[in-house]
Amino acid sequence: MLYAAVLIVVGLVLQVSVLARLGLPGAVPDLLLLVVVGMAMTYGPTAGCVIGFAAGLCADLAPPADHAAGRYAFVLCVAGYAAGLFASRNRQSALTPILVVVVLAALTTVLYAGVGALVGDTAARDVGLGHLMVTSVVYDAVLAPFVVPLVMAGARRTDPQPMLPII
Amino acid sequence: MRDTRRSRMILVLLLAISFALITVDIRGGRNSPVSHVRDWASAVFGPAEEATADAVDPIGRAIDAVRDAGSHEDEKKKLQQENARLRQELENIELDRNRVAELDRLLRVAAVGQYKIKPARVVAVGAAQSFSWTVTIDAGSGDGIKPDMTVVNGEGLVGRVTSVGPMTATVLLATDPGFSVGSRMAGSMEIGITTGQGDRPMKLSLLNGQAQVKTGDRLVTFGSQGGRPFVPGVPVGEVTEIRATPGALTKTVEVKPFVKFTSLDTVGVVVEPPRTDPRDAVLPPAPGQQQPPAPVAPAAATPATTPPASGKPQANGRPPKNEPTTGRD
Repeated sequence: MLYAAVLIVVGLVLQVSVLARLGLPGAVPDLLLLVVVGMAMTYGPTAGCVIGFAAGLCADLAPPADHAAGRYAFVLCVAGYAAGLFASRNRQSALTPILVVVVLAALTTVLYAGVGALVGDTAARDVGLGHLMVTSVVYDAVLAPFVVPLVMAGARRTDPQPMLPII
Repeated sequence: MRDTRRSRMILVLLLAISFALITVDIRGGRNSPVSHVRDWASAVFGPAEEATADAVDPIGRAIDAVRDAGSHEDEKKKLQQENARLRQELENIELDRNRVAELDRLLRVAAVGQYKIKPARVVAVGAAQSFSWTVTIDAGSGDGIKPDMTVVNGEGLVGRVTSVGPMTATVLLATDPGFSVGSRMAGSMEIGITTGQGDRPMKLSLLNGQAQVKTGDRLVTFGSQGGRPFVPGVPVGEVTEIRATPGALTKTVEVKPFVKFTSLDTVGVVVEPPRTDPRDAVLPPAPGQQQPPAPVAPAAATPATTPPASGKPQANGRPPKNEPTTGRD
């Protein structure tokens, strides 16, 4: 539990203070998604969706965020659940995290825009969703082999069974 | 953990909470309860983000510096080249301005004297140690240039064409010791022969030994049969010194040519003589003396568009009447 909280905070801070300021063309590498995917693949879909919800809520509330709170929580909650489901049903190999991240990177971008559209935010149409989706998939796929196995290994070692009180 | 029914319930619950949050946040605007949470979050995350940014900034700048080093080098080189090019252009502007002024004066001479001229530029200058004062111009037989044509510039008489190649022609300058031109005093109409003396001023031998000459008197050519080698009316020079030659009938008069032969650039070859002698109209207005208005014939002053066919002045150009003609000596 503590491990997950620390990783979420570190991941969020690194994402907004380092990765977002690199000025890469297109999307920003989604470190938070990688952290959520790594932990969901270790702990399973239930913990995955809770951790994703918590991480998303942090991202919704932490300073640069200006969108409606809960939007990113919704998206990452779905992503964590999907990643946990996928990992628990398939045999894991070295390529599995990359595959999961590629699918989820595209999914979260679309889902985020979709949730925004539901509540009346149509900015996604103007910035070019396709370009954002492609770049975010590429960046996250590049980062995934480094981040996801590291998060999974750390989770298994420090906190094998997360003590989630609600579960 | 693997109870999918329970996990689905949790998922649906969390998604519902998310939507509730979104709705509350959007409906509440600035006063929503979420904004208080947001304030706390920024109090917690803000300093952490700031500290991280401060920590990674030097690294980021270093990376930027390395990444930009190549492009800065390129930009520096580009700017240096542009600077050199602009500087060269600036110097060329000065040169061009001088050329334009020279061409203007040449056009004025051509217009006033009604000469049809072919402009050309001096491309080579003969060595002074060869004891002949010649230059090469970049106009030849293809431009209608023929031997024994008069060469002028904006100041006055430059010389005459001696030999003509397809693209270039050689001009014997008026300062050459072998150069003589029949001249007439602008004021007194006295005639004489002006001869080049190399680097020294030209020498005028007046035919009338009794003629009144004073310094400052100016000379123009009086022209040859058919306008070759000399067309009439071209300014030659100004009398600077008068010497009576002992035992000789004629006076020896030193004449300073109007043309600066050391800085010749744009010249004009007279390919067609004027129909009428311009007399001294081509001379620039003398200081302190009102010059009669010069007859301007724009039709005759079309030097740039002179077709090569018009380079046969002697075929249809009439020699000046009522003027004593003289061949070159």
